[in-house]
Amino acid sequence: MQLILTEDQELLAKTASDWVAEKSPVKRVRELRDRNDPDGFSRALWKEMAELGWVGIPFPESYGGAGMGLAELAVILEPLGRHLAPEPFLSNVLLAGQALLLGGSDAQQEAWLPRLIEGSALLSLAYQERDSRFDVDAVTTRATRDGDGWKLSGEKVQVLEGNSADALIVAARSEGGDRDPRGISLFLVEKGAPGLEVTPQRRLDSRAAAIVQLSDVPVSGASLVGGVGGGAGLLAQVVDRATAGLCAEMLGSMTEAFERTVQYLKDRTQFGVPIGSFQALKHRAAEMFIEVELARSTTMAAVRALDAEDAEAAKLVSLAKARCSDAGILVANEAVQMHGGIGMTDEHEIGFYLKRARAAELTFGDAAWHRDRWAKLSAY
Amino acid sequence: MSDREEFRTEVREWLDQNAPKSLVGHQVDELTGNWGGRNAVFDPPDMKAWLEVMAERGYTAPTWPREYGGGGLSNEMAKVLAEEVARKQLPPALSGFGLTMIGPTLLRYGNEEQKREHIPKICRGEIRWCQGYSEPDSGSDLASLQTRAVRDGDDFIINGQKVWTSYADLSDWIFALVRTDPDAKKQEGITFILIDMATPGVSVVPISLISGKSPFCETRFDDVRVPVRNVIGEINGGWTVAKALLGHERSMIASLFGSASGGDRRDGGGGALAGLGRSYLGVDSEGRVANPTLRDEIAQNEMDTKALGLTIRRASDSAKAGHQPGPESSLFKVYGTELNKRRTELAVRIAGPQALGWEGPGFEPDELQRTRDWLRARGNSIEGGTSEIQLNIIAKRVLGLPD
Repeated sequence: MQLILTEDQELLAKTASDWVAEKSPVKRVRELRDRNDPDGFSRALWKEMAELGWVGIPFPESYGGAGMGLAELAVILEPLGRHLAPEPFLSNVLLAGQALLLGGSDAQQEAWLPRLIEGSALLSLAYQERDSRFDVDAVTTRATRDGDGWKLSGEKVQVLEGNSADALIVAARSEGGDRDPRGISLFLVEKGAPGLEVTPQRRLDSRAAAIVQLSDVPVSGASLVGGVGGGAGLLAQVVDRATAGLCAEMLGSMTEAFERTVQYLKDRTQFGVPIGSFQALKHRAAEMFIEVELARSTTMAAVRALDAEDAEAAKLVSLAKARCSDAGILVANEAVQMHGGIGMTDEHEIGFYLKRARAAELTFGDAAWHRDRWAKLSAY
Repeated sequence: MSDREEFRTEVREWLDQNAPKSLVGHQVDELTGNWGGRNAVFDPPDMKAWLEVMAERGYTAPTWPREYGGGGLSNEMAKVLAEEVARKQLPPALSGFGLTMIGPTLLRYGNEEQKREHIPKICRGEIRWCQGYSEPDSGSDLASLQTRAVRDGDDFIINGQKVWTSYADLSDWIFALVRTDPDAKKQEGITFILIDMATPGVSVVPISLISGKSPFCETRFDDVRVPVRNVIGEINGGWTVAKALLGHERSMIASLFGSASGGDRRDGGGGALAGLGRSYLGVDSEGRVANPTLRDEIAQNEMDTKALGLTIRRASDSAKAGHQPGPESSLFKVYGTELNKRRTELAVRIAGPQALGWEGPGFEPDELQRTRDWLRARGNSIEGGTSEIQLNIIAKRVLGLPD
């Protein structure tokens, strides 16, 4: 495992950096938010990203993908994070997409992956519930047998881009207690299914999310993604991959917030000098630098370990998420503080970085949760 | 067979025949190895023969020029030699500041006479060196040093005091920074000079630390007469020579903490801290360390260690791929030392009252050592450039923040 970019990855990084900077400036976040855009992202831009081959990066060439890995996906996720681009890589490519890739039947993959990859179909994974916190095994949505099929009832929250999805992959429980890893299954539910109600939620980071209510939603036996009761294992795998991808986005956001802050320290003068000449701020800036560099190393290691199916991959994902969470929050908080009064205005863009950092921190486990997971995986 | 593999075979055979059998498997770290010198003690006795046999081939300083007693090997071949010595778990034949600091400095800045005078003795372990930089009034602001060297014919008369001189009480020569022009800008009035510790007027007093005995000393110079020919580089041009050495020292300390912290080591069932946790805190019904707060701190420390190791590896991978050293390398010293402080601190907190021993009954040897390690580690963030200075350097050189 080399913790450097290959030549191809460098090229992809440069292309992606330039493209995202031009096509997706941060002000898009404000615009989409202020007009309460129903999708929360641009379908047109998503199509362009699909045409660039980005959506298909981690999918097999037989479905129209690039047959590459998370390391390559990370390379485009970083600039997307840098510019807070809202396009739905996390929900579509990393969550729903990976669930289909790792657990879907041939029929399901053929029906959905090519369209997902070309940007013409949208899919979201609905797994989170109000009381879940970070435990993906916390599923109370019920799946009750109904002839050859099932009926699904319950509620999912903060389903990313759930409002725009053509289909949802829903985690529901056929047996076991509320947090039992056994008895969870994943079901593919198409938009407009009877009993399915999708309501947009407004999050502080303006990311598109939805509450999904299921009232005896009927699904066929063929809608199962993976085996009956095997959902926990599949979810765990999918969430690890999505976590690593989220870390790459977080890395981009924190790097941008950090760089903007350092620039501000150089530009802003008070008492006749640039505020960056004050030692206290210099030291805090240096501390941020260290945190970002460590976050970068751990993120690179995590995506590469997943691609290599390394035995240590889960630990490295926890390491990356813990570091990116702490570093992201440190940088975001310091960024607002160091910008002084204007950092607190909605008009200034730095607030968007704070909100994104908090959302990312509280998605897929915060640092404390991952430290606990690291300890468990290390047998203590 | 490639040149490299041919050399490996040759070295392997030579080691089989010449390395004292009693030393095979007697691997020690650099700090406890043989540092040579006029008063060298060879423990075990075979270390003497080992030194002689390696020095004879120039293998104590494998990459230095053969004409001065080095091995004349390329970096690649030197690596092969190191690998083969490690393979037989042999200790280093020679360690010390002669090899790591003054030798490379002489090779770069010394004149021919100085190289011929000093380098062979370094290679043969005949002379042991120490460093005289810091003074009681000049620590972080080293350039403000005041040890005075006044010209008197072909000599300088030196008066002043150095502090933190490691192993000065065991060393034969010292390389020191002295002030030769008190009227110039402070960096422009400094000279780098070599002084024989046996010269009349040189006195040494060991310094005890809060952790007990240490290699540190105070070294005083009272009218010490030193020939001008012992100046390395130009008179008043010593700061340039010193800066090169300081950077070198910094990387050494950084790599020490980088590797000591385990780097990329795979922690199967949790490392030393977890083991300590199980011993002192017990395990709960799920087999987990029974104190969740300390367990969380154990995980944090292990994860910090792994993150640093991955960053060191990233810098190394990048260098191997031919890239210029990246900004990430400037974090190693500050992060590694602060991490070590946290680690030793956590170990002591886990042990609880059993970590309060200084010596004697009621405390296990490893408990006593753990306490000393915690105390000694407080100095890691001070020596070799304080953490605050490191942050200043990052802020200035990496981030470009203004003065």
